[in-house]
Amino acid sequence: MAQTFSADSHDTAALSQRIEKRWALLMVSIIGLLVAVMIFTGLHWAMMPPSRVETIDPSTLHLSGEFVESNLGSAVEADGSVTVRVIGQQYSFTPQCLVVPAKTPIRFRVTSADVIHGMLITGTNINSMVEPGYISTFKTEFKQAGDHLMPCHEYCGAGHEAMWANVKVVDKDAFSKMAVNTRRLTCDL
Amino acid sequence: MISNKRLVLAHFWLAFAVFGLAILLGEWQMFIRSPLHGWLHNPDLYYRSVTAHGTVMGYVFPTLIAMGFGYAITELSLGQALIGRRWAWAGYVMIIVGSVAAVVPVALGLDSVLYTFYPPMIGNAFYYIGVVLVVLGSWIWVALMGINLQAWKRAHPGVAVPLPMFANVAAAYLWGWTAVGAALELLFQILPVALGFSNTINAGLARVLFSWTLHAIVYFWLMPAYIAFYTIVPRAIGGRLYSDTMARISFALFLVFSMPIGIHHLFADPQVGSGFKFIHSVFTAMVTVPTLLTVFTIGASVEIAARLRGGKGVFGWLKALPWDNPQMLALAFSFVMLGFGGAGGLINMSYQLDSTIHNTQWITGHFHLIFGGAVVIMYFAIAYDLWPHLTGRAMRDLGMIRMQLWLWFVGMIVTTFPWHYVGILGMPRRMAYYDYSAPGTSGEAISVIMSTMGGALLVVSAVLFLVILYRNHSASRVEPAPFTFSRAIHEPSSLPLALNGLGLWVGLMIALTITNYAYPIVQLMGLPDARVPAVFVGAK
Repeated sequence: MAQTFSADSHDTAALSQRIEKRWALLMVSIIGLLVAVMIFTGLHWAMMPPSRVETIDPSTLHLSGEFVESNLGSAVEADGSVTVRVIGQQYSFTPQCLVVPAKTPIRFRVTSADVIHGMLITGTNINSMVEPGYISTFKTEFKQAGDHLMPCHEYCGAGHEAMWANVKVVDKDAFSKMAVNTRRLTCDL
Repeated sequence: MISNKRLVLAHFWLAFAVFGLAILLGEWQMFIRSPLHGWLHNPDLYYRSVTAHGTVMGYVFPTLIAMGFGYAITELSLGQALIGRRWAWAGYVMIIVGSVAAVVPVALGLDSVLYTFYPPMIGNAFYYIGVVLVVLGSWIWVALMGINLQAWKRAHPGVAVPLPMFANVAAAYLWGWTAVGAALELLFQILPVALGFSNTINAGLARVLFSWTLHAIVYFWLMPAYIAFYTIVPRAIGGRLYSDTMARISFALFLVFSMPIGIHHLFADPQVGSGFKFIHSVFTAMVTVPTLLTVFTIGASVEIAARLRGGKGVFGWLKALPWDNPQMLALAFSFVMLGFGGAGGLINMSYQLDSTIHNTQWITGHFHLIFGGAVVIMYFAIAYDLWPHLTGRAMRDLGMIRMQLWLWFVGMIVTTFPWHYVGILGMPRRMAYYDYSAPGTSGEAISVIMSTMGGALLVVSAVLFLVILYRNHSASRVEPAPFTFSRAIHEPSSLPLALNGLGLWVGLMIALTITNYAYPIVQLMGLPDARVPAVFVGAK
């Protein structure tokens, strides 16, 4: 190696450039492949984060509109899908316990009454910011019945660590029976 | 030869002193929220600590390192005394004043808003003013780096700008521009409310502006480490830099691509449309390219060193490397952590996978591994390399240095790997305590204890580091050989204009910021309904 520095410095320069270019091409192709996978899953599985830029006034949530208290929880839509409406506030979610059916298309509509919060449902890919002034909307489907935790995942003040809700996923049939008598379902005590 | 030794030493010592204090806070946080300690009766103490730890480690520590290293690079690589020495000291004083102004109200519990601010939560104005002062102080450095480079270029027409200075000025310009996002948020959204001129705030807009700073700041933290990869390590281990041109291209790409990608922090946010989320995702993919180029160039440079030392075979040359050399050890550890952290980063960048780990402990693990691990270990290496030139005394504690680097590496792995794991289980970030007796979370207890143990190793390593530097000041005097940076195999005799200055790249950086940020920002500014009442924290 030591000799090649002086011997044919022009040749070695060209050689080292060729190797380098090959590496760069390989790396760009790998990254290109990753982007292609992202595009495919985004379009094909319709996996999309909440992105509607829909606004709402947090100071009148409780007075009128879809986030009044009597309208929160799970609602069965005409097409059989379920819409879940949730509010985050310092330091709890309302409802504190969500009940949803398995194997059913579900649409979440979530907003905050005060500061920035977040929500995730353990054991699933459900994960969204919950921001005052904006409504987060996203679609999902639970594969099987089971219990999950739903912590607030964004720092929202000195009580943040205590802001946990529960999610109960029940069989489709059990859910239909529960829905007969109630317009909006929760498992709050 | 560094003529302003005191200036450089002052920056490094202040940086490492605040680092030493903030790491204690970090370990206290890990302990207090682990099953080893009962629930904190005043959770706000935890959030004060997080705010202080983040503010110091995110803003003050890396900024001071970049500044001190930048002043040293200017004198060492250009061979001229620093222009604007008084201004440099003024910037230093501003950082001290700003840090004190910020940390005092945090300690008093008036500003538990974390270093990411989170409006509409609003704390005492002094915290924000302090942060603004730190940024302004660092902007003096940005200006000085540009001025020094221009002066040198005027005096040396047609000569290639030394690589260390090229990279250093790229880092300065990157910081100058990326800090604008947070500055806009502070000056136009947060401070008017904190000072009582307004009482509403658009939280979505504030998050978009902060994201402008939030990602590129990470590359600003990383720049000194990359400068060390290219310009210190190959020389220190007796090798040559494989390619000077590729090094310049990597730094230029960092400048261009680390800016227009910050919205990948907002994949789960409702106030940004999916189109811009996708664009930022693709640009984030592109910013991996300069890192992948670096891995090749530095890997090849290290191989050259090994073969010059008689290394043979396809992999056999690895044995010939000077493993007892702290620079070699630090580089190897840094690359391993960069590899794991980078793989995690690719997961965060894609918005389908991101939804599994967004805002979980995975993210905390990720940036501690990349910044605290891969980058900070190179800050140590930079200090070890420069110190004899700053103090004029011999660095003889090689055994202790190796021990310190090993402890940092092992500590960082033990801290961050369990952290990533509990993140996948869905453990949320930034909580003062967890209910480890609950069925859904009890499985996380053991991992959290492991992270706490790893943190303890990091504290020991940090103490050892400070002791090594301190001991050097009273070691025997030596006349160190003149400081040199790595030489490339083929030193550039003349360079294309684009690689001998940063004009083109700064232009691209600004243009891409506009294409990728202008629409979301203007759109949100046009949503008066989205202004929400501020929520004040602490006493007001």
